[in-house]
Amino acid sequence: MQEITGLMVKRAKELLEAGEVQRVIGWTTGDFCYDVTPAVFTKAEDLEEGKFVYNSFCGSNLSKYLIQTLRNDINAVNTAKAMAARKGENPDDIPGPGKTLVFLKPCDTYSFNQLLTEHRIDKSLVYVIGVACRGMADIEKIKLMGASGITKVIDAGDKLEVKTIYGDKSFDKKDVLLEKCACCKGKEHKYADEVIDPEPLPEGEGKGPMDRMAGVTMLEEMTAEERYAFWNDQLSRCIKCYACRNACPACTCMKCVFDNPRSGVDSKANVTEFEEKMYHIIRAFHVAGRCTDCGECSRVCPQGIPLHLLNRKFIKDINEFYGDYQAGEAEGQRAPLVNFDAENDVEPSIVNEKGGN
Amino acid sequence: MQVNENSKEFKPLIVAFCCNWCSYAGADLAGTSRLSYPADVKIIRVPCSCRVNPMFILKAFEKGADGVIMCGCHPGDCHYTTGNYYARRRMTLLFSMLDYLGVDKERVRVEWVSAAEGQRFAMVMNDFAKKITELGENVKLGDIRCKK
Repeated sequence: MQEITGLMVKRAKELLEAGEVQRVIGWTTGDFCYDVTPAVFTKAEDLEEGKFVYNSFCGSNLSKYLIQTLRNDINAVNTAKAMAARKGENPDDIPGPGKTLVFLKPCDTYSFNQLLTEHRIDKSLVYVIGVACRGMADIEKIKLMGASGITKVIDAGDKLEVKTIYGDKSFDKKDVLLEKCACCKGKEHKYADEVIDPEPLPEGEGKGPMDRMAGVTMLEEMTAEERYAFWNDQLSRCIKCYACRNACPACTCMKCVFDNPRSGVDSKANVTEFEEKMYHIIRAFHVAGRCTDCGECSRVCPQGIPLHLLNRKFIKDINEFYGDYQAGEAEGQRAPLVNFDAENDVEPSIVNEKGGN
Repeated sequence: MQVNENSKEFKPLIVAFCCNWCSYAGADLAGTSRLSYPADVKIIRVPCSCRVNPMFILKAFEKGADGVIMCGCHPGDCHYTTGNYYARRRMTLLFSMLDYLGVDKERVRVEWVSAAEGQRFAMVMNDFAKKITELGENVKLGDIRCKK
């Protein structure tokens, strides 16, 4: 991890100094080394060690951050042009927004492809560097396993050396992986202008140890009453912080009802338990067929609601009913819900015919 | 006295989303043919079955519906050529999701009814109303304020 961070900083500096890119979207550390947040760097000196980080807690998907960054840049240029025109200068003299460098892990490139397909990102304004990833750790799991007062976490291959104020601990990385990394789809970048990977894995290796659909299958095997109780229990913990929507790279509508304060839905308290569910069902439905299963929704949920189980149910159903489909596998795919097969599509009554519980 | 006794009997509230071109005309035909179907069915006319947003169905349940049925043109006969194909995929996934959340899957249904099928419309509605009456009141999805 130390080595790859060095390579990333070096390359980003080169590109910034050469003027090929105007800004870099990467990760920076917060109060603690595990509080890693996305950040935009515009100066080469800001990329110094310690400010730019790439460690086992860089779970966040930077594809989503491209949208707002690109939009801000284009707006800034348009404003500058309008100002120039008002002053009687030639607006064409104002330089364009330039390119943005973004570091994407393999799973983030699926989202990137999906955003390209939906014309949410202008490819000509982005320079993508694919970075190697060996799975990201979940700090909550580390804390649950008995580490408190953590001061530092050091990556050591398959192990994580955790330094705490009560002494040192060591964890196997595979025991503390994020949910999304435990079910990793593969370590191959689906889109990248260049890849930084000092020790590439053999092709096809690197998939997560867990079955992606295990959780969904387990729920499906329960009775309807048990499932109802399970979801009641889980979704009633929702505090409507909308972190799942904000982090989701598929939730990129220009005008979302939650962005409009006058719609009155964002600050409204739940009156019934069903209202809690409604938001999550509809959100999952809005991203059905477009969700790349990047797992950000569950990762960012402060209440630990397993939201990926809703999305994966849709993915499982789509694969079952309409053939295997992986959103973001390639640019320009047609999502299953904006497509149909007149002859072979199943009737909705299949849900009743399936029987079961 | 008799009025009070009657009000205790469970009367389901059924919302039917009918497409303007086929099923709504089918309902019309059922009416003009003097076929009887339950008065518990409240029809909402939509331009096409594809207009039915999953939110409509959830909202109907939230506001106290005991069953929701969506009717559209038979696949291949859509007035807008392909609308019902999209609706079919959408509803399959929505129903599967409702089942996954533990909601009675019999409370939702999709039926294809053409403008010439007044008979079928009445039959479908009678059958669905019977099913919902058997299932009883929808307690899992409702907003309690909407209930008496």
